[in-house]
Amino acid sequence: MKLWKTILAAVVLSFAAATSAFAARTDLVIGIPLEPPHLDPTAGAAAAIDEVLYANVFEGLTRIGPNGEVMPDLAESWTISDDGKTYTFKLHTGVKFHDGSDFSGDDVKFSLDRARADNSVNAQKGLFAQIDKVDVVDPATVKVTLKNPQGSFLYNMGWGDAVIVSPKSADTNKEKPVGTGPFKFQSWAKGSSITLVKSDNYWGAPVALDKVEFRIVPDAAAAVPALLSGDIQAFPFFDPDSVSQVKDDPRFKVVIGSTEGETILSINNKKPPFDKLQVRQAISFALDRKAIIDGASAGLGVPIGSHMSPANKDYVDLTGLYPHNVDKAKELLKEAGLEKGFKATLKLPPPSYARLGGEIIASELRDVGIDLEIIPVEWAQWLDQVFTKKDYDLTIVSHTEPNDIDIYSRKDYYFNYDNPAFDGIIAKLNLTSDEAKRKALLAEAQKILADDAVVGFLYELPKVGVWDAKLQGLWENAPIQANDLTKVKWTD
Amino acid sequence: MTTYLFKRLIIAAITLVLASMVVFAVMEILPGDPARLMLGFNASADQVEELRNQMGLNAPLLLRYLHWAGGLLSLDFGRSYTYSVPVIDLVRERVVVSLPLALIALALSTVIAIPVGVFSAGRQGRAGDTFAMGAAQFGVAVPNFWFALMLIYLFAVWLRLVPAGGFPGWGAGIWPAVKSLLLPAVALALPQAAILARVARSALIEVLNEDYIRTARAKGLPYRAVLWRHALRNAMIPVLTILGLQFAFLLAGTIIIENVFYLPGLGRLVFQAITQRDLIVVESVVMLLVAAVIAVNLLVDFYYAVVDPRLRGRQ
Repeated sequence: MKLWKTILAAVVLSFAAATSAFAARTDLVIGIPLEPPHLDPTAGAAAAIDEVLYANVFEGLTRIGPNGEVMPDLAESWTISDDGKTYTFKLHTGVKFHDGSDFSGDDVKFSLDRARADNSVNAQKGLFAQIDKVDVVDPATVKVTLKNPQGSFLYNMGWGDAVIVSPKSADTNKEKPVGTGPFKFQSWAKGSSITLVKSDNYWGAPVALDKVEFRIVPDAAAAVPALLSGDIQAFPFFDPDSVSQVKDDPRFKVVIGSTEGETILSINNKKPPFDKLQVRQAISFALDRKAIIDGASAGLGVPIGSHMSPANKDYVDLTGLYPHNVDKAKELLKEAGLEKGFKATLKLPPPSYARLGGEIIASELRDVGIDLEIIPVEWAQWLDQVFTKKDYDLTIVSHTEPNDIDIYSRKDYYFNYDNPAFDGIIAKLNLTSDEAKRKALLAEAQKILADDAVVGFLYELPKVGVWDAKLQGLWENAPIQANDLTKVKWTD
Repeated sequence: MTTYLFKRLIIAAITLVLASMVVFAVMEILPGDPARLMLGFNASADQVEELRNQMGLNAPLLLRYLHWAGGLLSLDFGRSYTYSVPVIDLVRERVVVSLPLALIALALSTVIAIPVGVFSAGRQGRAGDTFAMGAAQFGVAVPNFWFALMLIYLFAVWLRLVPAGGFPGWGAGIWPAVKSLLLPAVALALPQAAILARVARSALIEVLNEDYIRTARAKGLPYRAVLWRHALRNAMIPVLTILGLQFAFLLAGTIIIENVFYLPGLGRLVFQAITQRDLIVVESVVMLLVAAVIAVNLLVDFYYAVVDPRLRGRQ
């Protein structure tokens, strides 16, 4: 009897070992916190759309790589005219959309013209503002003429909002996305999950995964048991506060990377007393960034001194400009004639970095005499009151768009910041494509924002990813908000 | 009997119309613009205006109300702003999760609560009663999301009997779908059962002290027969009232449990629609829920009339 059991166990074990050695897994379930409102990256700002579709289902002329670099995608190469105004893209041939139709230069023209049309609802229409015209030279060549040279044009064409769509499916992509990528859309169980499967007629290097399910897990407390039970194998954007529950478990990998999310204490620059430089500088001196990162982000996140990600190649470290110094802050308030302090409001949107960070900031500012009333708001309210109507004193928000330092030069932006010198630099930057010159201009721009203490620069939002230790190829950083699965595979 | 029911129906209809006005007005007053939410930080004001036009948000208020309310009458619930699909499709997808979940939870809570209530009422003040009501007190006090997490760690992470969350859809088979609803149903049912057991117990105790019960016992009927045939029938009225309210709660008020188990139910649909200012979804789903609550209450009223002959005669 005992022998029987031993033999049986041995057989079962060897069978199990044999099957697992046969082939690595090819399916994957990924947890995402928010459900995309629809599945068309060219018609919405929600990051969740790109988190499912970018690089997986849809492709652009160029694409953004794992570290924020511009890489060729549907365009295999390009040439730029000497005046920097004409880009000639050489397209890959033999590319098909998932519905079987052929991809050609006409689709590029259609996509770019659609995005910049008068009735366009592309959330990043500004990316296309410099395009003067798009000509199809032949099915595999497209010439884009710009109104002015634009240094960031190739980068802009790599955004999810600039992906190439087919005229046949453009109007139905919201429900049934059709792209040229290595995965094609299979099904969307609303509120529950979105499933992609490998596309058999993909033009590029085939992917290792056959089937990927994006499962929507809105509650951070539910993410941990979902990982532990094996139901979900990866959370590329995990709640920093829950990391301690899985970080010592050898079954999982915890990967801390960077994002493009500058988390800032936004200041209404036109509203007294914040129109005074000394008051804004006093706020910057009053902030203890380490305490804020510890309390609001579980100690993860890198302090910033201006509006640029520390992972960016053009980053300048300005964090030394306003060290935590309560006395200095009080002195500056005195200079501004506010030695008795003042009252103001702090509007906080729902993310935990804002709600938790807000409490800490309110107590830090109280130490220098600024008495803040905390007003929690939801996103819709925030966009309405703070962003659109500029009815606020202070607020906390993370600006997650990449390379977005130009927002400080936008007319009517909610910071209410107006500095012609800064605007001049951004205007010059837009016309410059030389790398060294751009770097110098960007350094100057960062310096001006820090000197003016336009907002309280807090920290760069971390990207905390947790996934099965046997899984390879997921992005460590988030130069854009995406879950590129083209290089993901299981190892044994 | 018919006048009684007719009156109830008229009241239900008036309630529906008033509710539609309130729901519409509340969503109008809420600050926030669905178009701006969809387009995000980088879109210009002109573009937001363009999208508002495309969504039909710039039409006059009264016109939009009449259009929406008129649609409801012909069972057209409009199209979602964010999902851009008919609201009724969204509801249909969610109801197949929420309704079975609510029914399982309701069945569980009734099956647990009624025997416990009967048991306790019969042993009023004795050890068994004290223990059962202590347990019920505990059931009312424990937050159901905490209880849900404990269930997940025990049955999904440790024993691996059921999934930790999610819903595979009825297409995956009856058993996998029901299996994924079991833990949430238990998490929902226990606090409800605790309340229901207490109501059942006190209702039954009250009835058992009535004169006609003493008469029934005096004429020689055994305790069991008195309890089941005479007492319970009358004690059911408050129990059913609570049950009706609980069903309404289970259908839409389960947002926390739906989050913990990431189930695509109605509660989450409404919650998500509110945060995205998908006004038409919120308005239409809330109206459907109002209708469901009213329907359940009508059923309960109807039941009153069946069990209580006095109501039938009343004008």
